[in-house]
Amino acid sequence: MSEGIENKKVPREPLFSKKNKKLVTEPLADNNPVTIQVLGICSALAITVQVEQGVVMGGAVLFVLVLGNLIISLLRNLIPSRIRIIVQLVVVAALVIIVNEVLKAFLPDVSEKLSVFVGLIITNCIIMGRFEAFAMANKPWPSIMDGIGNGLGYAGLLILVAVFRELFGSGSLYGVKLLGSNIPGEEWGLYTMGYVNNNMMILPPMALIIVGIIIWVQRSRNKSLIEEH
Amino acid sequence: MKFLENIVDKMEPKFSKGGKLEKWNPVFESFITLAFTPKHTTKLGSHIRDGVDLKRTMITVIIAMVPALLFGIYNTGHWQMVASSGNLDLAYGAMFWGKVIAGAAVVLPLIIVSYGVGLGIEFIFAMRRGHPLHEGFLVSGMLIPLIMPADVPLWMVGVATAFAVIIGKEIFGGTGMNILNIALTARAFLFFAYPTSMSGDKVWMSGQEADGMSGATALGDLASFMTPDAVLRGETLEAGSNVMDKFTSEYTLYDSFMGFIPGSIGETSTFAILIGAAILLITGVGSLRIIASFFAGGFLMGVILNAAGGPYLDLPPLYHLVIGGFAFGAVFMATDPVSAAQTANGKIIYGLLGGMISIVIRVLNPAYPEGVFLAILFMNVMAPIIDHYVIASNIKKRLKRVKTA
Repeated sequence: MSEGIENKKVPREPLFSKKNKKLVTEPLADNNPVTIQVLGICSALAITVQVEQGVVMGGAVLFVLVLGNLIISLLRNLIPSRIRIIVQLVVVAALVIIVNEVLKAFLPDVSEKLSVFVGLIITNCIIMGRFEAFAMANKPWPSIMDGIGNGLGYAGLLILVAVFRELFGSGSLYGVKLLGSNIPGEEWGLYTMGYVNNNMMILPPMALIIVGIIIWVQRSRNKSLIEEH
Repeated sequence: MKFLENIVDKMEPKFSKGGKLEKWNPVFESFITLAFTPKHTTKLGSHIRDGVDLKRTMITVIIAMVPALLFGIYNTGHWQMVASSGNLDLAYGAMFWGKVIAGAAVVLPLIIVSYGVGLGIEFIFAMRRGHPLHEGFLVSGMLIPLIMPADVPLWMVGVATAFAVIIGKEIFGGTGMNILNIALTARAFLFFAYPTSMSGDKVWMSGQEADGMSGATALGDLASFMTPDAVLRGETLEAGSNVMDKFTSEYTLYDSFMGFIPGSIGETSTFAILIGAAILLITGVGSLRIIASFFAGGFLMGVILNAAGGPYLDLPPLYHLVIGGFAFGAVFMATDPVSAAQTANGKIIYGLLGGMISIVIRVLNPAYPEGVFLAILFMNVMAPIIDHYVIASNIKKRLKRVKTA
């Protein structure tokens, strides 16, 4: 009943209104969950050694985030606020188990490399953060848009970091040997000229440094992001 | 000089504010101050101005490094000759000029790359941020080549220098703001990024690949004592024999002190480094507290490990001070005024712990034969905490005095 009255007063918002579009575009850059809100750093450091892992992980989080946001948003008026964290956890856990099983079935190699980190999506602060901050207070459609935006923002950063780490750490991109091969006896490309892969890129500290550099570049390009002290 | 000064005076307006080449002022100023003391005077109030500015301080440190550098050039040449002739017993004094030229051919390119890359990046940041070029890199640029193995590829030195200057220094705001020692950041980067070029027994003599002779450092040999197959100068020692006696007769204390052993370019000669230490102490640039306590810490840890006993642990404590980069680290790295502890008592704690940790890493972890750079970097991180507690305890002491009075 009350909804009907509301609909009369406020004209129905178009699906791709400016506000809704902003929900998708903002987390991609100026409100990126990783570089601005500094959430989900652990997984960004752990599974960005190769682009493939980054893509799969980003996809998994995107899936969980969009569906989870939708479910929480649909349930938002039914969830007693005292036990809302438990309900949210149940939703994430269910979705993560689905993702994990699908990965095991169709992408066993990647699934093995990602190991526990797929399961650890449950504890990814981005997801719980979006549930709490957005889906609990918004309608399903904006929640989906918000999930897409944040999921893509996370996946984009993961892939960006992974590009640097895989290119300089293993000399390849998405498994394609771009810089040549360093297998003894059949070297070609840059390696014949004395180039050596940078081992530091494989180690997690370098991922932290790369994320730091990305944050640095982003903030020096957009001064409004710099906090006042 | 007058003639030069006239030219400079004529050029100055173009570079000062509002001039045509204002943007290039940092570049102009840094070249001019190489020769002349800047003309600007104190504007507010009058304070004593000393002719010794940052640039003069840095130049003093570089002068202090010259003995180690010259010896390093000769030593590099010597081991290159040894490697190419395959004769381990080559007399150290033979073919003096040949070794100098061979060594210079290895070391000078390293210095050029280090300064070129480092100063280039500093220029870019100075121009973008609009401040005059800071002199901090003058010392770092000389330290970096001195702590490299002779055989390290030049491009790696370039990459490491760029990493150290950008991530180690500019991110924190430039000279005087860095948490970590710049030169050691470069070495740590290379050590973890390209381990095969920074450790092992193939990198310490340039031009060595030709034959299969081993060029391990004393530390490399010592580290192998902790593993089942002990190696000394490329020869496997039989298990159970007294390896430490064999080591001390192969590497005499005198040879290790004078630096007639393979190692990173500038680190082998403790004698040359001590000359540098004397220069630093006489001019008041280096801190006696840090240098003395660093050596004391290393010696102390050596004595403690002696008491514990073991194949590597039995090394006479004096050896710890003269082999590897220990002396170089204590004199030139730990004393870095920016990254070291600042308080008087803090410096002693800082040095003591740094020396002790160096020896612990070196002896107890065979994967890191050289522990000094890791120990100093670690103490760099700890320095603010040390200072904090030194100051806090001082305040507490004084409060007590006030209350009892």
